Amino acid sequence: MYLTVKKEREQTTQKVFFQKKTLGELLNQLNINPETVIAVKNNIVITEDEELKENETIELLSVISGG
Amino acid sequence: MKCHHCEKKAAITLQHGPVCERHFINYFEDKVFKTMKKYQFIKANDSLCVAASGGKDSLTVLYLTKKYLKENNLKNKLFALAVDEGIKDYREHTLIDLKEFCRKNEIELKIVSFKEEFNSTLDEAKEKIGGKKPCNICGVWRRYLLNKYARQENATKVITGHNLDDEAQVVLMNMFKANTGLAAQLGPITGIKEHPLYFCTEKETKLYSILKKFQVNFAECPNAQDGYRIQIRDVLNDFEQKYPGTKQGIINSFLTMLPLLKKQAEELQNKQIRQCLKCGEPANQTVCNACKIAGEL
Repeated sequence: MYLTVKKEREQTTQKVFFQKKTLGELLNQLNINPETVIAVKNNIVITEDEELKENETIELLSVISGG
Repeated sequence: MKCHHCEKKAAITLQHGPVCERHFINYFEDKVFKTMKKYQFIKANDSLCVAASGGKDSLTVLYLTKKYLKENNLKNKLFALAVDEGIKDYREHTLIDLKEFCRKNEIELKIVSFKEEFNSTLDEAKEKIGGKKPCNICGVWRRYLLNKYARQENATKVITGHNLDDEAQVVLMNMFKANTGLAAQLGPITGIKEHPLYFCTEKETKLYSILKKFQVNFAECPNAQDGYRIQIRDVLNDFEQKYPGTKQGIINSFLTMLPLLKKQAEELQNKQIRQCLKCGEPANQTVCNACKIAGEL
C-alpha cells in the first residue's frame, strides 16, 4: 500500500510504499526511533500498534526541538 | 491499544501501561504538581520568573505554573522572561508563539535581547569571535541576561522548562568528562532555579503540548546541528527504545548521589562571589564571562 507521511522536523511530505501493518513497522522501515516522534492520524494521536490502511496520511511530529 | 484505566483508545504507552488522552493529561499534571510540592518550589512571598522561549517545554511549564497557583489559591506574582538572541529564522518565530500564548493566558512578558545588552546578536558574534562555538557564547549570555533581569524584576525564583531528557543528557555529559563539580549543580532545584518538568520526558511534554493545543511552530536552532550533546541525546534515545526506563534510571541514580556530590563540591569550593569590574554583575572572576565574550567583539 501507499501512505502519505508528513515529517515535521524535515518539513517534507512523501508517498511511502509500505507492505506491513502497523505504525511501529512503518517507523522501523523509515529508520525513525519512536522515542523521537509523536504520530498523528486524522488529528488523533496514535500508538505503535495502530494498523495503517491504504492512502492514509500519517504526521510525524518531532519530539526534539529547540536548541 | 486501550487505556488501562478506562478502555478508551490509548495515546501513549507509559512505563505503567497505555493511557488515553484524558488520563495522560491527568498523569502529566499530577507529576508536575507533585514535583512542585515535594521540592517546595513556591513559598508564600516568592515572585516567580518563568524563563520562556515559546517552545513546547517553556509554554508547558508556564501554563502549569499558572495552573498550580490557581488551583492552590496562591497569589504569587508570575511573569515570563524571554531572551532574544537574534538568531535569524529561528527566534523571531518562537517569540511570536510566546507573545500570543502570554496574551491568551494573561501572563506578563518581558523580552530582553543580546543586541540591546551586548550590542551584538548571536549571529553577528559567532562571525566575529573565532575559537568559540555559538552555543558557548549563547549559553553564557542567556544565563547572564536571565539572572540579571530576573533580579531586576525582583524575582525570587526562576522556573525553567528543563525536562528529564535534558537532565539525563547533562548527567552523562558531566560523567563522561569527569565534571563532578558541575554535576553537583544539577537537580530539580539549583539555587533559585527550579525545574517542574524534571521528571517528565521530552516525549511526554511534546504530547501534553499537542493535546492542550499550544500553538508551537516547530523550530530547531540552526546552531544545534552537531556536537557532543546531540550524540548523547541520540544514544540515550536508542537506549530508551531498546530498554524503556533508561532515562528515568539515570535520574534516579543521580539523585541518590547528588547529596554526596554537593557535599564534596562545598568542601572543595573556595569561591568568592565578586562583582564584575565592567558590568557590576555577580562573578567569580574580576571580569565575568559575558563581558569577556563581549570584549572579543
